Amino acid sequence: MSFFFAALKRDLLLVFRHRNDIINPLAFFLMVAVLFPLGVSPEPSFLSDVASGVIWVAALLACLLSVDGIFRTDYDDGSLEQMLVSSESLYALVLAKVFSHWLISGFCLALISPLVAMMFFLPEQGYFALVMSLLLGTPTLSLMGAIGAALTVALRKGGVLISLLVLPLYIPVLIFGAGTVQAGAMGLSIQGYLALLGAILVFSLMFAPFAIVAALKISVRS
Amino acid sequence: MTLEVKNLFCERDERVLFANFSFQINTAEVVQVIGQNGSGKTTLLRILCGLSDAYTGELFWRGKALDEVREQYYQSMLYVGHLAGVKGALTPEENLQWMVQLDKGLNKCSIADALKSVGLFGFEDVPCHSLSAGQQRRVGLARLYLSNAPLWILDEPFTALDKKGVSEKEALIASHVHEGGSVILTTHHDLMIPGKTVRPINLDEVALA
Repeated sequence: MSFFFAALKRDLLLVFRHRNDIINPLAFFLMVAVLFPLGVSPEPSFLSDVASGVIWVAALLACLLSVDGIFRTDYDDGSLEQMLVSSESLYALVLAKVFSHWLISGFCLALISPLVAMMFFLPEQGYFALVMSLLLGTPTLSLMGAIGAALTVALRKGGVLISLLVLPLYIPVLIFGAGTVQAGAMGLSIQGYLALLGAILVFSLMFAPFAIVAALKISVRS
Repeated sequence: MTLEVKNLFCERDERVLFANFSFQINTAEVVQVIGQNGSGKTTLLRILCGLSDAYTGELFWRGKALDEVREQYYQSMLYVGHLAGVKGALTPEENLQWMVQLDKGLNKCSIADALKSVGLFGFEDVPCHSLSAGQQRRVGLARLYLSNAPLWILDEPFTALDKKGVSEKEALIASHVHEGGSVILTTHHDLMIPGKTVRPINLDEVALA
């Protein structure tokens, strides 16, 4: 456990020294939100209809955009090799790295999502559903994305491949996430949706770190 | 005997690097792997560290198959690779703090003492990306001063070091071996370990055999 926090502290310190990494996903998210109404239609009734889908797609792509970097620098400077020859738990290490990625992507997106929702005229009763669905859904995106990042870390041009690998895994999260917001905006119960998102999260939290560790070993050893 | 390698076979890009290759590293011994560029020196060291799966053959650590005692092995081994594993955004002190977290065996002296030993006293608060290549190398090598591990696996440890730095590291290797440790390393530098002969393993000959 103390090793988890040591790894988390290191990653957050690195993020703090490279502040662009925090701003990138957020800027992307906000830009989509600002440009979409300009490009399609600024009509409030239209925007409130598509709000749930657009916000969730923007959040998903913002996560995907930043997930490639989770292991990249550690691979490039040899830190990853040192992690693999360590006798410490790789499970805890990987979990800490994914958690720090979530803190700078999904968590921040969830925090600013009400602002974006306002720009899309989402009914106020949908705000809670939006924030909750992002808080429960985006950690899954980080976990699944990290599997793709670990598999492609040794490839020079892994960018396209990672999207192909990871997008199919993202689809259930997108469907239930956007569904939560839609149900919330119409004043329906969102418990069922949140329970499903939570179940997907627990499932990926249990199994994804093993897949990530295995993928990292394959990438480094071959 | 500490590490034993039996019948190692490795091929890379359809070129056989070693076949039927057996050797062992004993306690209190320095082994230098020599060979041309591309002869497989780094590949060999990566196989010994468990960082490569591209081989067939058996590895034994203190008489037991390495796969069975991997955790113990990692606790008693220190690997310094081509890439130093030093983060440019972190200071030397922060880098070493992380390395100590990663490898609990790095507690022979304090981090401050290790930094002093590698001549980085006064640089502990400077981000590593603004240090010179040799100084960054020294940050990675500071682990040698901290390490209690009996087996050191060093891949080109002297790259970018100045003459004084190299002779300090040679003296350090000598004292490590004097305490019963073993070292296997690659370097193109003429190794002079005070009071100790270095056993060479020539990979060019291994490939011919």
